[in-house]
Amino acid sequence: MWEYAPAPESRDIANLKPNYRMFIDGQFVEGAGEPLKTVNPGTEEVLAEVSTAAPADVDKAVKAARRAYDRVWGRMPGAERAKYIFRIARLIQERSRELAVLESLDNGKPIKESRDVDVPTAAAHFFYHAGWADKLGYAGLGPDPRPLGVAGQVIPWNFPLMMAAWKIAPALATGNTVVIKPAETTPLSALVLAEIIQQADLPPGVVNILAGAGDVGSAVVSHPDVDKVAFTGSTEVGKLIQRQLAGTGRKLTLELGGKAANIVFDDAPLDQAVEGIVNGIFFNQGHVCCAGSRLLVQESVADELLEKLHARVSTLRVGDPLDKNTDVGAINSREQLTKIQELVETGDAEGAQRWTSACPLPDKGFYFAPTVFSNVSQAMRIAREEIFGPVLSVLTFRTPDEAVAKANNTPYGLSAGIWTEKGSRILWAAQKMRAGVVWANTFNRFDPTAPFGGYQESGFGREGGRTGLEAYLDV
Amino acid sequence: MAAPSTTPSLPPALADAVRDDASLRRFLHGLPGVDQVGVEQRAAGLGTRSIKKAAKMWAIDTAIGMVDLTTLEGADTHGKVRSLAAKARRPDPDDPDVPKVAAVCVYPDMVETAVEELRGTGVGVASVATAFPSGRSSLKVKLEDTAYAVDAGATEIDMVIDRGAFLSGRYGQVFDEIAQVKRACGDAHLKVILETGELATYDNVRRASWLGLLAGGDFIKTSTGKVSPAATLPVTHVMLQAVRDWHAQTGELRGVKPAGGIRTTKDAIKYLVAVHEVAGPEWLAPTLFRFGASTLLNDLLMQRRTQLAGHYSGPDYVTVD
Repeated sequence: MWEYAPAPESRDIANLKPNYRMFIDGQFVEGAGEPLKTVNPGTEEVLAEVSTAAPADVDKAVKAARRAYDRVWGRMPGAERAKYIFRIARLIQERSRELAVLESLDNGKPIKESRDVDVPTAAAHFFYHAGWADKLGYAGLGPDPRPLGVAGQVIPWNFPLMMAAWKIAPALATGNTVVIKPAETTPLSALVLAEIIQQADLPPGVVNILAGAGDVGSAVVSHPDVDKVAFTGSTEVGKLIQRQLAGTGRKLTLELGGKAANIVFDDAPLDQAVEGIVNGIFFNQGHVCCAGSRLLVQESVADELLEKLHARVSTLRVGDPLDKNTDVGAINSREQLTKIQELVETGDAEGAQRWTSACPLPDKGFYFAPTVFSNVSQAMRIAREEIFGPVLSVLTFRTPDEAVAKANNTPYGLSAGIWTEKGSRILWAAQKMRAGVVWANTFNRFDPTAPFGGYQESGFGREGGRTGLEAYLDV
Repeated sequence: MAAPSTTPSLPPALADAVRDDASLRRFLHGLPGVDQVGVEQRAAGLGTRSIKKAAKMWAIDTAIGMVDLTTLEGADTHGKVRSLAAKARRPDPDDPDVPKVAAVCVYPDMVETAVEELRGTGVGVASVATAFPSGRSSLKVKLEDTAYAVDAGATEIDMVIDRGAFLSGRYGQVFDEIAQVKRACGDAHLKVILETGELATYDNVRRASWLGLLAGGDFIKTSTGKVSPAATLPVTHVMLQAVRDWHAQTGELRGVKPAGGIRTTKDAIKYLVAVHEVAGPEWLAPTLFRFGASTLLNDLLMQRRTQLAGHYSGPDYVTVD
C-alpha cells in the first residue's frame, strides 16, 4: 500500500503575529471592544489575539470613510482609482503564499484550495474591477453613474479573503469608500489585506476594517451615515438586516444561504459527474453557500452513480489543512461542527441511509468525515435545510420535469448544476431553474466576470460582472 | 463475429454486447460519455499531489519494476538489444537493490536475442507484432507476425488495432482481429494498443478501451510511441476508469500501459497517483500497470540515487544502454 508522506507547507510563511489590530483611517488601531482570540480549527490552538470594535470605533470608521469619500475618493477620476486597485491586485499576488498559508491556518481550508482558488480569485477580482473603474459610463447602466458613498459590508468565515475582495473591489472601483467587518472566527486575512491596502498607499479612510462579532456587524450596517449595505452570510441574519434597513432608503444586497440541486440525467458523463458532485459538496468542507448539497439523480443510473461516488469519496484525504495532499480540511469552528452533527442525526432519525467515508480523522481539531445520505426525500430536514458541511443528500427522479420540480422546490435559489451530454436539455433545464447560477457539466466555478447572487431566501442583488457594479452605483 | 474463446465467462450483459456488429455498436455508444473539460481538470488536479520522502522512494522503485524497456527503431541491432537486456536485468550496476524492469520490448525479429539474454531473470520479453506501428496489413499477416514472435519466445505481445476500421465504425472487425490475435498469443499476454492520438476524442478512447477488454486483451495500451500525442494523463485516466469499471462488472483484473513521451520521474509519479486514485491501489503492480518507455528508466535511476545520497549526481553516473 502506498501511503503518501506528509507534505506540509511551512506555517512560518504566514508571518503570524501574536496580536492584530483593526484598520481605521489608514492606521492600525486598538479597538475599544473585548479582544477576541482566533483559533486554528485544524489543531484548536490559539493563533492570535485580535482587537475588536466598540460602537465608538464603528462611528470613527464610518466618519473616516465619509471624509475619504467627500474629499478624495468620490471625486477622483476613475483612471486614478484604477491604479490603486491594480496595485492591490498585484500585491495580493506578490504575497500570495503568505496569504494562502494564513488563510488555511485561520479558516481550516486545505492549502491547495487557498493557494489555487481563494487567493488567485481574490486577486482576479481586484484586477477585473480595476479595469472597470474608468469605464463605468460604458457599463450600460446609464451615461454617468455616480457612487453611493460609504459602503458598510459584512462577510462570512467560509472564504474570508475572497469575500473581502468580492466586497471591496467593486466598491472601490465605483468610487465608494468602505467599512468592512470580517467574521469573528476568521479575521486575520482581512487584516493582512489592510496591510496590503496600506502598502498600496490608498488614501486614509478609503478602506476601514473592523474586527468583532455580530454586534459590530449590526452596528456597521445600521449606522445612519452608511449609504449602502452588502452582506454575505446566513439567511437568518440577512433577514434581520433587511428589517433594520427597511424604510431607510439605503441600498442593500444580500447573499445568503443555499441548498443547491445538482441534477444528474441518465445520459450524463458519469465519471465527470462524480467529480463535479465531489467538488460541489466537499470543496471547502462544504462551507459553500452555493454548494451542490442536494444531488438529484435519475433513477435509472442512481445505483451505478452512487457506487462510483462512494468509491471516489473514499479516496478523499481528510486532515491537516497545511498538507498539500489534503483534499478536505477542518470544519471552521466547534460550533459549526456541532451544528453539522445535529443535522446529520436528524437525517438518521428521519430514515435516510447514511454512508460515511472510512477515512482516518486527526485526534485534535474540528473534523467531519465526508458523508453521503441516500434514500432522502424532499420532506426530510437534510433535504431542506442548509447543513454547511461535507454532507450530501441524494434524491432520485424519473423524468426531466420531476427533476426541475424537485430542484426548484426549496426556499433557496443560489445555484444549480445540470449533468447531461444533451445540449438541448442543458438549455431547457437551465431556463427552468430558479437559481442565480446554473452550472452545466461542472460545478463551483467562480470568475469575477460572472454575476453571482440568489433568488428567494438566498438573497438579492448580484456580485461580479457588469451587473455587479450596479449595486454600488446610483444609476 | 466470433466471441473470443479466452473470455467465456462474460456476464450476460456483456456477452450480449458482443453477439453481433449491431449490438456491439449499441453497447459501445451506450457507454457514458466523457466530458473533456472534466477529465482534463481531474488529471491536472491529481497531477499536483506532492509525493516525497518514503512515498517517493516507493514510487521510484515501483515505477522501475513497471518499465517495459523499449527499443523500436528501424536501426535496431542484436548488439543494441543485448545491451538493453543487460540494463533490464540490472538497471543500476552499482546498486543490486534496484529492482529489475518488467520486460524488454522489441520488434519480432529481435525476440530471440532478447529471450536468450533474459533467460532465467524473470524479465519478460514483449514484442510488437501485428504490422506495428500502422497495423496496415492483412489479418493473415498480423496473425503470422504474432505467431512468429510467440514461437521465438515472446511472453507478451503488443498489438495495434486497426484504427481505420475503428474510426469508420467497423467495431466488429476490430473485435475479431483482437480476439484472433489473442488466440494466436497462446500463453503470452496481449496488450492492445489503441493509438489514442489517432482516436482524437475521449469518447473514442473509452469505446476502444472497452472493445479491447471485451475481445480479451490483458492490457490496454495508449500508443505505439510513433504518433503524437502519445500517452497523456487524461487519456490514461479514461483507460484506468475502463479497467476499474470492467473489474466492477466481471471481477477480472486487466492492466493499463501508457507508452510514449513519459520521460521523467515526476511524470511517472503523476501516472502512479492516477493509478492509485482512479483505478485503485490494486493496480499498483507490474501485472496491472506498465510504462512503455526508453529514457524514463535513467531518470528514475538518477532520482533514486538522489533520494539515497541526498544530492544529485547527474547523467554520467547511470549507463546509457
